[in-house]
Amino acid sequence: MPPVHRSVVYDWLRHDKKFPHVWCPGCGLGILLGSLLRALVESGLDKNQVVLVSGIGCSGRLPVYVDVGSVHTTHGRALTFATGIKLAKPELKVITVMGDGDATAIGGNHLIHAARRNLDITAIIVNNQTYGMTGGQYSPTTPLGAKATTAPYGHIEPSFDISALSATAGAAFVARSTVYHVTQLDQLLGQAIAKPGFGVVEVLSPCHTNFGRQNRLGSQVDMMKEFKRKGMRVERWRELPEGRRAESIPLGVLVDRDLPVFGQSYDRICDAASRRGEAGK
Amino acid sequence: MAKPRAQLLQGNEAIALGALAAGCNFFAGYPITPASEITERMSREMPARGYPFIQMEDEIASIGCCIGGSLAGKKVMTATSGPGFSLMQENLGYACIAEVPLVVVNVMRGGPSTGLPTNVAQGDVQQARWGTHGDHPAIVLCPASVAQCYELTITAFNWAERFRTPVVLLSDEVVAHMREKVVLPEAHEVEVIDRRQPTVPPDWYVPYKTDGSLIPQLANLGEGYRYHVTGLVHDERGFPTRRPDEVEPFYNRLFGKISRHFADLERVRAVQLDDAEMVIIAYGCTARAAAAAVRIGRERGLKVGMLQLMSIWPFPRRPVEEALTGKRLALVPELNMGQISREVKRVNDGRTQVLRHGKMDGSMITPDEILGRLREAK
Repeated sequence: MPPVHRSVVYDWLRHDKKFPHVWCPGCGLGILLGSLLRALVESGLDKNQVVLVSGIGCSGRLPVYVDVGSVHTTHGRALTFATGIKLAKPELKVITVMGDGDATAIGGNHLIHAARRNLDITAIIVNNQTYGMTGGQYSPTTPLGAKATTAPYGHIEPSFDISALSATAGAAFVARSTVYHVTQLDQLLGQAIAKPGFGVVEVLSPCHTNFGRQNRLGSQVDMMKEFKRKGMRVERWRELPEGRRAESIPLGVLVDRDLPVFGQSYDRICDAASRRGEAGK
Repeated sequence: MAKPRAQLLQGNEAIALGALAAGCNFFAGYPITPASEITERMSREMPARGYPFIQMEDEIASIGCCIGGSLAGKKVMTATSGPGFSLMQENLGYACIAEVPLVVVNVMRGGPSTGLPTNVAQGDVQQARWGTHGDHPAIVLCPASVAQCYELTITAFNWAERFRTPVVLLSDEVVAHMREKVVLPEAHEVEVIDRRQPTVPPDWYVPYKTDGSLIPQLANLGEGYRYHVTGLVHDERGFPTRRPDEVEPFYNRLFGKISRHFADLERVRAVQLDDAEMVIIAYGCTARAAAAAVRIGRERGLKVGMLQLMSIWPFPRRPVEEALTGKRLALVPELNMGQISREVKRVNDGRTQVLRHGKMDGSMITPDEILGRLREAK
């Protein structure tokens, strides 16, 4: 077994947590879990330095399997808890795991403000285009026309582009990959974790149980093949003529920029305030 | 030592200073009338001490941020009023089930909804008890003066830390905005309680296993004890469970850690109760009018006294029972349609006649109104 895999299995998974996990057979979340653990091992972080924070939904159950400080919060609020943890202990590496409904519907306000604020937090957003845990209702990323248990006649709302939303809101780092493109996903997660400031990684993942079944997309394998067919490196995708871009999904680093990080700005404020002798007044 | 200096302080400022005296080192808030002065004061005080302060995007985020800060070991507070308090209910329940120390100040104004933003009311008393869904214990304190704002904020922090639970400080617009002369105690005179930390090494650590106090010794995040925190019902290790043989002990402990210490959680102030034939039971700004009514009533020969409830949840049953015993009449004036009078009636159990005096016009109850009600009832 290569050393990195041994570390993942023996060192980073919880031994006192009863397996198997809660996810459906074929779900992409297990692949993401593996990818995240490899990225953490590669980044050389100590387990005591890492805190995983999640919201509610299938993705919300991910941190419980990892042997780090893990906080399973309320629906949509993972980033607010993460903000508090990071402000309280800036030395910790705070990583949130959210779903598409979690991060862009109920928690949409927190996402855009976390991106704008640019705290040093990594946000992994698992986009399966549906509310999987509650049975396949439409989410902000459900495509126009798709079926959902709350859209039996077809979905009539346009969908969010999570990466574009995060970039526009001011995130320092935005990347997209899929659970098919695992090697790339490992690398992007590593880059996001290393990046100072707010880093978003959108991870496309199949929900064959709910979204796939309702929309006749075939098995989990068929949905993975679709990621393979549509996924394209963003550098190549940008060279496509405008009219052909919609056929493919751009993957890779979409935004990588150096912006003032909240923690550093706040330290400056603290210095200025203590010099002015506000304390004790 | 320098002589303690008298200060002219506003209720909201006293809450901010009380929080600092109690060791508050983390604040997240969102602007709202009539609580904004607390957030504004903290925005000046916290950076000067190197402590985190942040204005979040809404009240949901404010309390979420505070819970995160508390899990990482900080002593945290947020401050709001009715509409914001409504938004906080979801995460207040989280702090309750995940046993996160937290102080939430709710400065009551007229409601429901936007209501009367700049007027006084006491309509959130039952919300403070039952606002979040699911059955749960609650600790709520209620100041009636600037000095009590300071004192009860410290108590709120001490109880939040000791019992590992959210504590609500239920102030109101009048108490928040009035100014009084107060002499604050010296730092060394303030009793400060901090949460207990694990006493076993990480390998032996079972986060939710408790001793006779029923209060867990939860480690702060990032200090070598790696465990799981969740809003799901969980077993002793912190992992989600639905097994009846684990769920029931969980709830029993969550309630038991408060009910086992009921006697420590009663804070009342008796005013001329010893020989009283009539008792006024009041809290918050209304207790001020009640105290004045006692003074004026006594001058006119009425044998009237007052019991001020400084802790309202858990309801201070024993002191209220004692105050009702042997009295001819009890009057409960409050700025709502009877949220505490129903509790007084519940514990009265035939001891005496209990009358309520509810007022909802956006103004204070006056001493004259209280005396008028007592005269009518005679």
